[in-house]
Amino acid sequence: TFSQLVHEDDYGSVKNNVWKAVKKLRSISCLFAHRGILLDTSRHYLPLKSILTNLDAMAFNKFNVLHWHIVDDQSFPYQSVSFPELSNKGAYSYNHVYTPTDVRLVIEYARLRGIRVIPEFDTPGHTQSWGKGQKDLLTPCYSGEQPSGSFGPVNPILNSTYDFMATLFKEISSVFPDAYIHLGGDEVSFNCWESNPEVKDFMKKQGFGIDYAKLESYYVQKILDIVSSYNKGYVVWQEVFDNNAELKPDTVVEVWMANNYAHELSRVTRAGYTAILAAPWYLDYISYGQDWTKYYRVEPLNFPGSEKQKRLLIGGEACLWGEYVDATNLTPRLWPRASAVGERLWSSKNVTNLQDAYRRLSNHRCRMLR
Amino acid sequence: MGHAENKQSWRTSCTELLISVATPGCNGFPNLESKENYKLNISRDSMLLYADAVWGALRGLETFSQLVGRDENGMYYINETEIVDFPRFPHRGLLLDTSRHYLPLKAILETLDVMAYNKLNVFHWHIVDDPSFPYESFTFPELSKQGAFSAMTHVYTASDVQTVIEYARLRGIRVIAEFDTPGHTLSWGPGAPGLLTPCYLGKDPSGTYGPINPIFNSTYQFVTSLFQEISSVFPDYFIHLGGDEVDFTCWKSNPDILVFMKKMGFGEDYTKLESYYIQRLLDIVSSLGKGYMVWQEVFDNGVKVRPDTIIHVWKNNLPYAEEMANVTKAGYRALLSAPWYLNRISYGQDWMAAYQVEPLKFTGSTKQKDLVIGGEACMWGEYVDVTNLTPRLWPRAGAVAERLWSNATVRNLQDAYVRLADFRCELLRRGVQAEPLFTGYCDHEFGGF
Repeated sequence: TFSQLVHEDDYGSVKNNVWKAVKKLRSISCLFAHRGILLDTSRHYLPLKSILTNLDAMAFNKFNVLHWHIVDDQSFPYQSVSFPELSNKGAYSYNHVYTPTDVRLVIEYARLRGIRVIPEFDTPGHTQSWGKGQKDLLTPCYSGEQPSGSFGPVNPILNSTYDFMATLFKEISSVFPDAYIHLGGDEVSFNCWESNPEVKDFMKKQGFGIDYAKLESYYVQKILDIVSSYNKGYVVWQEVFDNNAELKPDTVVEVWMANNYAHELSRVTRAGYTAILAAPWYLDYISYGQDWTKYYRVEPLNFPGSEKQKRLLIGGEACLWGEYVDATNLTPRLWPRASAVGERLWSSKNVTNLQDAYRRLSNHRCRMLR
Repeated sequence: MGHAENKQSWRTSCTELLISVATPGCNGFPNLESKENYKLNISRDSMLLYADAVWGALRGLETFSQLVGRDENGMYYINETEIVDFPRFPHRGLLLDTSRHYLPLKAILETLDVMAYNKLNVFHWHIVDDPSFPYESFTFPELSKQGAFSAMTHVYTASDVQTVIEYARLRGIRVIAEFDTPGHTLSWGPGAPGLLTPCYLGKDPSGTYGPINPIFNSTYQFVTSLFQEISSVFPDYFIHLGGDEVDFTCWKSNPDILVFMKKMGFGEDYTKLESYYIQRLLDIVSSLGKGYMVWQEVFDNGVKVRPDTIIHVWKNNLPYAEEMANVTKAGYRALLSAPWYLNRISYGQDWMAAYQVEPLKFTGSTKQKDLVIGGEACMWGEYVDVTNLTPRLWPRAGAVAERLWSNATVRNLQDAYVRLADFRCELLRRGVQAEPLFTGYCDHEFGGF
């Protein structure tokens, strides 16, 4: 804030309005404790420089969480010490990886800016790239009686799966110092499981009938227990809650589905879980014009619920999914649009005037250019 | 081993490309009639590039550069090939808007480079507009002094303009300047008092201004002097005169104009007043020996234009195909931009829609279709400046470039995707900040390795 109060006059002398401002200011504190940016380094690899530049920009906007969606279907750039083949086979190339040094650099660079790094290792869906370097991890899909050659989500019926996950998450828990890990759990397609005869047998044996959501929860449950045993808390996408998995009380549920998200916030907080809001802030959904106003006008607390419930909404995240984004367009696509989200999450509920925000945001944009 | 080898190994070292240009001369400017055809013959024995004119040689060189590959040992190679190539349309343009946001010279020059990589050959420089007047005029220096965002930093000096024109020429790119009037001229007002129409609130001037005031002789003296300068500064035969989106509200409020309307017998029809201005403007520009391009409203409003006028079709309210039909039916040449407003971003692979446009898909005779000289991708500047220009332009504008160069039958989307994605990686390798089409990677990433 101090840096933003200092300005240059026309002759280049640096002045500051600090003392004048101090008289006007009451003590500044933020509205929400979790103010995050999601970056996706699987759909496109992001060179380190671009991540670090972004951390700077986050700090300029008082964001304090980097949600690092580090791996997904398309590529596995995370170089694992326990399972080096994951990135050897799953990354776009040997150059498109984050070494342990790279990861430590990001964590430390973030720490020096008061930014937490919460990694997301999304399973059981969104894991195509995992299968390249870890045989038998993914479910083989069947075409009739024969394997089709393609693979689906992580195979939940094998013990080897859980041995693998236990080792991997042990590593992740020690590499990433934050108290939380994001475990994903979104968009699990059941088609492949439904096609696989062994999975079908397992369903019968477990008494799940044909409700594959139960199988999904069975898997998720075991992962949650594994991660808990390493003394980490977890963040999950809303499906994990929606599908009735048994969650620890300090689970954070990330609400991302745009349809009726206020209703979802009610449900999540009524069940006593902490929530973070991403649904209205998918910044990768670009459109023509000043869409920052749409992000600015979101009022996260506008959902039916008691005071107690409202306190369970601890913040939100602006998400920049990577299907159409890489280092060539990340910075202009994220900023200053994400700044609108940053103010919404930091400032008081009554700071909503669009004209005033436009004036300040334009200035802030020029400041970020400088 | 041991005996003399007369046959050449499959991999001979090719060290030179021989270029033969039928009509010599590198000192001229490209124009609408310039010949851009070329032949490329790559074989074991020789590499030959033949072109009728130097402009074709430039196109051929670009193709040649795209044919050269590099293997995993770092060795450059090229496959044997025979190419006979020429553009489908002679006018393949890109519009940049330097009024809504100033674009530093470097950004314009880089854009010209990438245009050349895409065989685009017209830079439509929408240089001034309502928000700012960055063009430094020697006849009317006050225009930029009062009208630029900042007269010291956000201007194009005479030298800057010459730099752009020459840089473009060396790449076979024509520079067509647009000084859009009578609307889109708010920034002209501060430096040219009396030029714009004062709007009235009842009986009194409201303090705001509207389009150029068409009723004063001083207006036409100004216009003559300004366009005299523009005609001498910009060597292309064509100047773009704009003529779009003229808002009549201000004219309607002004008492002097009301008097004029009566005197001229225009009644309540302000399109007649608009046409009166445009007519005089066109005559002035004609007398300066220049041809002109105008936005479609000038045609739509029935203004009398010279037969060699080019009508620029940009609106989407009618299906634009209908406008293309109307313009060509009336015997005028048409330029298509309506489906190619690249500033209108949206989520996903919108390059595909741009690629699938078929400029000649309208009801008309062959003679009419022959009047379509090409099109332009437009990057209006309301939300664009140097921070996002390059990724927003490329590789999306490449889809338009191929549509305008290649044969109408080249339209397979899957094939285009593969080639455009490769081309995008090539752009990255050449240092251009082109954005990705979809998930994936390039060996060289921007700002990385």
